[in-house]
Amino acid sequence: MRRPASLCFVGGAVLVVLLATTTTRAERPTLRVGSKSFTESYILAEIVAQIIDDTGEARAERRLGLGGTGLAWGALASGAIDVYPEYTGTIAQAILKDPALTSVDAMRASLGAQGVIVGNPLGFDNTYALAVRRDDSTRLGLRTISDLVRHPELRAAFDSGFLERADGWPGLQRQYGLRFADVRTMEHALTYPALAAGRVDVIDVFSTDGQLARLDLVLLTDDRRLFPAYTAVLLARRELADRYPRTWEALQRRLGARIDNATMARLNALADLEHQSFAEAAGTFLGRTSAQASRHRAGELWKLTLEHLQLVAASLAAAVVLGLPLGILAARRRRLAQAELIGVGVIQTIPALALLTFMIPLFGIGQVPALVALSLYALLPIVRTTHAGIASLDPRLTEMTTVLGLRGWRRLAWIELPLASVTIMAGIKTAAVVTVGTATLAAFIGGGGYGTLIVTGLALNDVTTILAGAIPAAVMALVIHAAFEALDRVVVPRALRAAASASR
Amino acid sequence: MIALRHVTKRFGDRVALDDISLAVEPGRTHVLLGSSGSGKSTILRIVLGLVRPDAGDVSIETDGSTGSSAHQVGYVVQEGALYPHLTAARNVMLPARAAGWATERQAARLETLATLVELESDLLGRFPHQLSGGQQQRVSLMRALMLDPPILLLDEPLGALDPITRSSLQAQLARIFGELRKTVVLVTHDVREAFVFGSVITLLSHGRIVQQGTLADLAQRPADPFVSEFLNAQAPPPAMTRDLGR
Repeated sequence: MRRPASLCFVGGAVLVVLLATTTTRAERPTLRVGSKSFTESYILAEIVAQIIDDTGEARAERRLGLGGTGLAWGALASGAIDVYPEYTGTIAQAILKDPALTSVDAMRASLGAQGVIVGNPLGFDNTYALAVRRDDSTRLGLRTISDLVRHPELRAAFDSGFLERADGWPGLQRQYGLRFADVRTMEHALTYPALAAGRVDVIDVFSTDGQLARLDLVLLTDDRRLFPAYTAVLLARRELADRYPRTWEALQRRLGARIDNATMARLNALADLEHQSFAEAAGTFLGRTSAQASRHRAGELWKLTLEHLQLVAASLAAAVVLGLPLGILAARRRRLAQAELIGVGVIQTIPALALLTFMIPLFGIGQVPALVALSLYALLPIVRTTHAGIASLDPRLTEMTTVLGLRGWRRLAWIELPLASVTIMAGIKTAAVVTVGTATLAAFIGGGGYGTLIVTGLALNDVTTILAGAIPAAVMALVIHAAFEALDRVVVPRALRAAASASR
Repeated sequence: MIALRHVTKRFGDRVALDDISLAVEPGRTHVLLGSSGSGKSTILRIVLGLVRPDAGDVSIETDGSTGSSAHQVGYVVQEGALYPHLTAARNVMLPARAAGWATERQAARLETLATLVELESDLLGRFPHQLSGGQQQRVSLMRALMLDPPILLLDEPLGALDPITRSSLQAQLARIFGELRKTVVLVTHDVREAFVFGSVITLLSHGRIVQQGTLADLAQRPADPFVSEFLNAQAPPPAMTRDLGR
């Protein structure tokens, strides 16, 4: 019987992959630059990274596209990244949870206690605003939000977030007494074409959206100061300024008050509308020609494929190594089985982003926390099918093992695992295919893989880029499924395969 | 010698065995007869240690043989309980592999047993689902005999077979038991089968022993009206016997 040998082989493969994932160290010290997963954050982080590289004290390592404030701030607070762009409104509300804080100096004091420094404002405000077409603005005399009160016949379309936030539509109604003939909810990216086509007359925008300049829209002044200030600043760990003073000085000098709203909107438009890479858009701001920037793309897919494969292989292997014994244990002890199945079931219900956020304090960001999270997700199908496969074996067959003197590992390796192998393999197959999909979320904590393209594509609202990540992921899922079908031939005993196909 | 003393076993509210005392003489074939639910299978499972009695005790004395229970007792059940992922040969050799026998010794024993049960050797390479019911039971018997245990327990070994196969296997088994001189306990609900095998028959009903003796004892000196009732229920109708007699 080659069963135990093939298990050893799988185990060996696991170790190799795990060792291969350990990161290699570079000679020059690195500064890790983070960003959130929307265009503006990507571009600002790219600008920061390029300035770091230009200064030469350290090499910039990009950890871009972190999936939200919780993840980005968590990464900075835990030291997994050294610097990332943030907004004062977000700092007050989401990080310090004190909406009354408005001045940068007050934030400096609070964050300083946590070892985080706040750079000088970059010069623009990315806040909510209301936009109308220029012809309406001229025709109806719309300059401020207050001017809208006289035109309740207008139709509005708002992003679902804006529709519910206290500083969104409810705030507008309260503070300005606004009424519209029709208020509908619409995905943010779709409100621009709707406004341009005249289907609606007022939309909510971010004041640096790239679309504003192109569609010739007018932003209405927030004359009653409803929208909080979202002034862009850099958040960095104090060590950055202490150890790399020239770098920090360069960042302050070249970015402080240098990007106004129009500039930022133009840079966003370069990426969103003119399909430049974030690096190219950043290069434009820094006065570079875009020659060097397009070097990425070609080799990128192969690199992402390897990263993705590594994530799937390592996390699946870890899940098998952990899940098989757990499943076997559950099949042996009925009480434990309940607790175990509930446990792995609960893990499954944790939303991926939340689980990834929990991982940051423990494992930082990058591949390691992604691997841990993916392994945890892959546990449920493996534990469940191993338990079910063994516990549901014909009791006459399992009883006979005792009579024949088969105990311990022999009973397991000679009888139970081979008999349950069809079921167990089905669970591992499910876990593998699901993991290929889930692994795209690793990009949200800088874990790499195809998700990098998907997250970028979502930020750019660029379907091509999303598909560039989603299609290879789907292909990989198919390939992995086929590979496991082939592995069935090695792992599942011949007679059981025949029986399974006969009963189909 | 197998001895059960005042053995009682309950499964929930149901009393499976009610104060059973039973001695099985070495070297003979002993039949436990009874309808389903009479407790006869439970007796085998208690002897095997698969079921623990609630009260009473069980002792097995075999001279000379030591080692695991597999060296002491062979067990055959209805439909064989062969492992579907292993060939007939691998099924048979399983207890010897577990006991750490050398490959040559296993092969030699396999051949001896195939001859004993008259199984063509090319069938040994087949998987259970490629064998007939009768062939499966012969393989199952080979597996039970692999370590040459002094005791053989059979639970309705022929219960799932068609009448013709059943009848020919009955004859074959009776011959084998005679040759081997092992202590055999065979469980059946079939009076005729009891007659073929049993020098001693124990009739059970609802977890109690109703009568023990030869078939002649049971037929001619029934201890209880139930004995006659049980025997007569399975006798062929008089008309049929007359026809067969002509």
